[in-house]
Amino acid sequence: MKKIISVVLTLALFAGILMLSGCSLKNEKLDTSVLLGNYDVEELKGTEINVYNWGEYVSDGEGGSVDVISDFEKLTGIKVNYNMYDSNEDLYAKLKSGGVNYDVIIPSDYMAERLKDEGLLQKLDYSVITNYAGIGDEYKNLFFDENNEYTVAYTGGMVGLIYNTTMVSEKPDSWNVMWDPKYSGEILTFNNSRDAFGVAQYLLGYDINSTNPDEWRAAAEKLKEQKPLIQSYVMDEVFNKMEAGEAAIAPYYAGDYLTMKQENDDLEFVYPKEGTNRFVDVMCVPTSAKNKKAAEMFINYMCEPEVALHNANYLGYLCPVTAVLSDDRYEYKDNEVLYPKQEVKTQYFHNLDQDTLDLLSKLWEELKLA
Amino acid sequence: MKALKKIYIALIMIFLYAPMLVMVVFSFNASNSTSVMSGFSLKWYVEMFRNATALTALRNTLVLAVTSALISIVIGTAAAVGINSMKKRWLRSAVMTVTNVPMMNPEIVTGVSMMLLFVFVGKIVSSSSVLGFPTLLIAHVTFNLPYVILSVLPKLRQTDRHLSEAAQDLGCTPASAFFKVVLPNIKSGIITGFIMAFTLSLDDFIISYFVSGAKFQTLPIVIFSMTKKKVKPDMYALSTLIFVSVLVLMILMNVLQARSEKKERKRAKGSEG
Repeated sequence: MKKIISVVLTLALFAGILMLSGCSLKNEKLDTSVLLGNYDVEELKGTEINVYNWGEYVSDGEGGSVDVISDFEKLTGIKVNYNMYDSNEDLYAKLKSGGVNYDVIIPSDYMAERLKDEGLLQKLDYSVITNYAGIGDEYKNLFFDENNEYTVAYTGGMVGLIYNTTMVSEKPDSWNVMWDPKYSGEILTFNNSRDAFGVAQYLLGYDINSTNPDEWRAAAEKLKEQKPLIQSYVMDEVFNKMEAGEAAIAPYYAGDYLTMKQENDDLEFVYPKEGTNRFVDVMCVPTSAKNKKAAEMFINYMCEPEVALHNANYLGYLCPVTAVLSDDRYEYKDNEVLYPKQEVKTQYFHNLDQDTLDLLSKLWEELKLA
Repeated sequence: MKALKKIYIALIMIFLYAPMLVMVVFSFNASNSTSVMSGFSLKWYVEMFRNATALTALRNTLVLAVTSALISIVIGTAAAVGINSMKKRWLRSAVMTVTNVPMMNPEIVTGVSMMLLFVFVGKIVSSSSVLGFPTLLIAHVTFNLPYVILSVLPKLRQTDRHLSEAAQDLGCTPASAFFKVVLPNIKSGIITGFIMAFTLSLDDFIISYFVSGAKFQTLPIVIFSMTKKKVKPDMYALSTLIFVSVLVLMILMNVLQARSEKKERKRAKGSEG
């Protein structure tokens, strides 16, 4: 008995030591001398903010890179409780439950619109967020926040077609290739109703935010036609499948394509000519926030060109901070996939009305069961 | 026939352990692909210690598992002693049914209903951030309890009912009779209950997901949030370590049980002879 207890204690001790030793690993430090904003506010020191962000959506010190969050804590003396979610709907549910309060959240465009419409967002004090001036104009006054009162862009991205050149001989330029029987069993598509329907809607020339039920039904028919050719409906599994060459064609985000490309050089990327979906994730402060001043300081910090640079290098998505795009340390500077020279036809997903949402989920279920 | 038996066992083993094996193998992958093995490296074990979010979450998970298991064994043992000493059979089975509800209930139902309750109480005391460590702890103790009771009760049934009375006859107070006589007899049941509660709490996701707040996230929640992008191999490394420690814990538990059974058998033999 005593022996066993001592073994357990030793194990616990071991784990504890390992954890402590972890803290001493060296990371690249953020160069605080180039920061533009003022982060030395006495009254905010020792306070806390709760940040709710997507998983793996900030430079977190991997491979010795800058740990943006802990550097913010050191810089400002504000403690950050950093939490993560994996879908806009999770964020919505958690926020709506009323049991938790967050100071900064980072929803996507359509969710920001919904939250704003339901009165769950606070107006920001842009006079404090001085780095807002450095955000590109294409990220301002968007449909979900036409007068720029509630949001500050964090990242953006576009969906495109990823294909494996060893399996696809021609160079596809249209969503059509996902209906090509030649690639039967080698096509992947989104396991997410909105994105999967989007592909069919672009191909049929419909508006992706259509409220016309007939158009949605026609898109569903189109998807049913495609179903026999589909290998599987995927989200993050797309990384493994495409990297391992298990599938030939998949639609996914440009930033994620760049990650896959590092593992499998045969992969290529194209923006289909019919148009594609674009998103932007924005930082907002919910009405339930308890420390709005510190939240605005955090948003301002995330817009610092230096901080945004580290995040952009880590994430591989579009960076809204203009100064980063011309920085030589930016790994994706002039990257043709992220920043295509030719104009890409894009549309944002808007928040749909309840009837359309219900129809969509019904059609989606039918499709999955068919 | 024998070959068939072996194949059957092999199949079961494959289904149970192949996924873990794949995870363990890929945690040693040199590249960050989760499908292409490109060489052996301990890189992800180093990366893991850089991932402050995951490590904090791991610490939270362990703190929660230990405290909830400790509280559960105290409450659970008391409950088991109470249930065992009930004279009326119907009352006993009624109480057992009630205590088993958290075990039978689908986790998602328990999770949602607990969240609703906590938020409701939070509204009453006008707090907008009621969810956090205390609510997680309450929830975990709730679903741990039946397992503790179920592992302590059989031990109580095995011990002689009159043991405690005899001890009191010989000058013990009821309390010291419990601690000196009853408790040592049911110790192995309590330890089993503790380990069960600990492991259950360690890997609970669904209930924790609903009742966790902004300041205290557990590891399963953090790992789940990574599935939108790509779960990186440092999570495999971490999961491997957790898997190994749970495995060690389970082996310890089995050894412990086997030993105490052996001892009992010996004792039984001794009293016969």
